[in-house]
Amino acid sequence: MKKILMLAVATAIGLAIAASAKAEMKRVAIKPPNGHALSEIISGYEYRSKETKVLQDDDIQNPGFIWVEQGEELWSQTDGSAGKSCASCHDDATESMATVGTVYPKWDDKVGKPVSLEQRINTCRKDNMGAKPWKWESGPLLSMTTYVRHQSRGKPVNVSAEGPAASWAERGKKLYYQRVGQLDMACSSCHEDNYGNRIRADMLSQGQSNGFPTYRFKWQKIGSIHRRFKGCMKNIRATPYKVGSDEFVALELYLATRGVGLPVETPAVRN
Amino acid sequence: MKLNATRLVTALAVAVGFALPVCAAPVAFEVIDKTIPKSLTMEAGDPGRGKKALLNRKQGNCLACHSSSALKDQPFHGEVGPSLDGVSGRWKEAELRMILVDSKVVFEDTIMPSFYIADGYTRIAKKFMGKTILTAQQVEDILAYLNQLK
Ligand code: HEC
Repeated sequence: MKKILMLAVATAIGLAIAASAKAEMKRVAIKPPNGHALSEIISGYEYRSKETKVLQDDDIQNPGFIWVEQGEELWSQTDGSAGKSCASCHDDATESMATVGTVYPKWDDKVGKPVSLEQRINTCRKDNMGAKPWKWESGPLLSMTTYVRHQSRGKPVNVSAEGPAASWAERGKKLYYQRVGQLDMACSSCHEDNYGNRIRADMLSQGQSNGFPTYRFKWQKIGSIHRRFKGCMKNIRATPYKVGSDEFVALELYLATRGVGLPVETPAVRN
Repeated sequence: MKLNATRLVTALAVAVGFALPVCAAPVAFEVIDKTIPKSLTMEAGDPGRGKKALLNRKQGNCLACHSSSALKDQPFHGEVGPSLDGVSGRWKEAELRMILVDSKVVFEDTIMPSFYIADGYTRIAKKFMGKTILTAQQVEDILAYLNQLK
């Protein structure tokens, strides 16, 4: 009985969200630069219900702030053989990290690859702190990534796919348009050809990355863009690439170019 | 020769009334001018079972992308593909069978999955390797259901 009641309530909420989403068809779009893959660039925020948007916009209610706060604590905690914390070198994150979240993945000369923000944080831990790298999707790495990217909230995504990064963006683009899995779909099948259309209860967005790490109701926690990639690939019955893999970093880089100019929203709230 | 044997086994299994597992190698079928005129199975399609397979999210999951007024009682309908209303008036059964078996033959570059094709995929998850999304009987059952959507 209780179960049925809960189900009924859940369905009612679901319907209410669907109805309210329908009522708000006006979506903020920005104009892409010349030669861009999209004719309009739209944040995933615009496809969510009013309730979800309100939750994201309120720093007290936004569940993603748990990770922002944990990251802030870790920022000044010493770790590793060098006896340093992030703050030892970078001091006040609100200043030193003010635009970092807009430019990742970013080319790293030392490794000769573009690296994601998660990887950059771990490079600092290893090389400058003498500390163990954090595991992908672990609490501390999610917290630190969220905290650092949050410093750029409201600033436009400004990733560079020029110079040596160009071939990586090209590789990411190939992955974006590659059909995979038994359902034989590419990222573009949903997020380029069908954004704004409902796939069952869910409204397809452009699959932009400006809100990551993002708090998802489905996960009941914050998660990385690579975790999201993995989930999409599993849904279409494909073998996902590994989190932190070259493939996912290339895809992340290309995806970021599809969202140039969108404001960073970290921590965003999504379904 | 090998294909014929598969077909015989399938036919026998169906005749004896086994439910074939999804992993059965697909039966051979003949494509004529972007249609599949012959039924994939010996047993006639059952619209009741077809409706179930069409709705099941791990099988047809057709409402992910399509809508249907005959299924108004189902909560969420998709907007990615056209409505299935009157679909059997627009297409002959042999064409619908082709669309279900391998949508890409009829609609180039479509997002719609090929429901009865087992190979040719990229990075397919191990669990689904060599398998089709629907069984031959499920294809025929869904066809029988679509036939009711006049
Ligand atoms: C991922 C989305 C998706 C799924 C799942 C899907 N379809 Fe489709 N379907 C489409 C699209 C899109 C079209 C339009 C053809 C095109 O791509 O141009 C289509 C076309 C069709 C057509 C032709 C309709 C017409 O009026 O011309 C039929 C029939 C059809 N689908 C049946 C089904 C059935 C039955 C299922 C479930 C077994 C199904 N589809 C699952 C996306 C989908």
